[in-house]
Amino acid sequence: MDKHLSSQFDAELSGISTRVLEMGGLVEAQVAQAIQSLTLFNTDVAAQVLRIEERVNQMEIEIDRDLSSIIARRQPTARDLRLLIAISKTIGNLERVGDEAARIARTVQSLVSTGVSSRLRFPVGDVSREASLATNLLRKSLDAFARLDTAQALEVIRQDNEIDREFDGLLRQLITYMMEDPRTISASIDLVFVAKAIERVGDHAKNLAEQIIYIVKGTDVRHNPPDTVASMVK
Amino acid sequence: MDAQVNLPTTEKVKLSVRNLNFYYGAFHALKNINMELPEKKVTAFIGPSGCGKSTLLRTFNRMFELYPEQRAEGQILLDGQDILTSKEDVSLIRARVGMVFQKPTPFPMSIYDNIAFGVRLFENLSRVEMDERVEWALKKAALWTEVKDKLDQSGSGLSGGQQQRLCIARGIAIKPEVLLLDEPCSALDPISTGKIEELIDELKSDYTVLIVTHNMQQAARSSDYTAYMYLGDLIEFGPTSDIFMKPKKKETEDYITGRFG
Repeated sequence: MDKHLSSQFDAELSGISTRVLEMGGLVEAQVAQAIQSLTLFNTDVAAQVLRIEERVNQMEIEIDRDLSSIIARRQPTARDLRLLIAISKTIGNLERVGDEAARIARTVQSLVSTGVSSRLRFPVGDVSREASLATNLLRKSLDAFARLDTAQALEVIRQDNEIDREFDGLLRQLITYMMEDPRTISASIDLVFVAKAIERVGDHAKNLAEQIIYIVKGTDVRHNPPDTVASMVK
Repeated sequence: MDAQVNLPTTEKVKLSVRNLNFYYGAFHALKNINMELPEKKVTAFIGPSGCGKSTLLRTFNRMFELYPEQRAEGQILLDGQDILTSKEDVSLIRARVGMVFQKPTPFPMSIYDNIAFGVRLFENLSRVEMDERVEWALKKAALWTEVKDKLDQSGSGLSGGQQQRLCIARGIAIKPEVLLLDEPCSALDPISTGKIEELIDELKSDYTVLIVTHNMQQAARSSDYTAYMYLGDLIEFGPTSDIFMKPKKKETEDYITGRFG
């Protein structure tokens, strides 16, 4: 982006974008650790996820405060205003990604404490495949945000569908388990919620991607199928 | 430069500018301007100093004719009638197209006469009618309550903001169709500015208002349409919300976001 006459304004905008990426990095790590805690049934890692959660929440508040301050003092317009509005929505999304990670971590804690984990024969491998799709998507959307890359944002929007399909597959599998062995119902439901949490991470990555298109093109592409989005950003 | 000049079909065109060129001697100050200005709406002109926005405003009532070395070519149609070539008395055109300047310019006479003076040139009103007209204009300009007990005092005794509202009252007292405001708030404090912006919003129910401003936030706040000009070209013209949220031209975006100017 070209420079403003006020270099201080430039510094404020790039500073706040950097903080968003920092927050994004934190929640990305949080999701990865949440999945790790699940595949290993490791409560230490789960506890770590919950600790990061506090920092993520704090960052959301700080970035929001900086946003209000920039808007009040600079009265941004056009692309600058779109950037700040998009950041405001994005940090809300990132914070919810953190919430999903925390939800997974808490599920792991309860599975371990009730002793269910050791007896389970679960499709943990399939969950981690869904999870790696979701974390990849999140990373990709954060990269696209850093470079304001609309082509990559569009890819993220398309790929979110893969996660949705993966989730549907997992759901069918878990239903089969529950029907075969009703003793697994309680734990399987927990796992359904985990799979859903991961699926939500993908949705948040997609939301971020939509905001990137809004920043760059000024077009609001939300609530449209990927092909429509593609034609809107041409 | 080919700016977007078409208004939405829901707007009625009040002023139509066609192939307008303007010269200060040899200096080409406006370059082939084409635009249509909507009736009973506020249109703001923004752009860096020397871009031609005040020059353009001054062509709408032929104010430039006071200076022999200045000339305009092209057409400015006021309700379809070309005011540049009109044989009509120029003061009649100025009665239809009123103007308020950057610095308040009260006449050295009473507050009452400041307003009545212009009206007397065009209309023959009884004492009662004139009283009513003065009160009406001062009320419209949101000045009445502040001056109603001192109408016989000199207009120059008022504060800057009050003087500017007095000039606006004077401008609307003759009931023009178009009101030109050239940086009307540049010498005013935020409270007076707020009052005048409030007034502009009210005026548009009766008048077509054109405002030149250096204050981008003022254009964003108080106008329906915004025109961005640069070096004598009309770069972009469109609904104010589009110009400030999603301008079509990069030059416009650079200017309003403070990357250039």
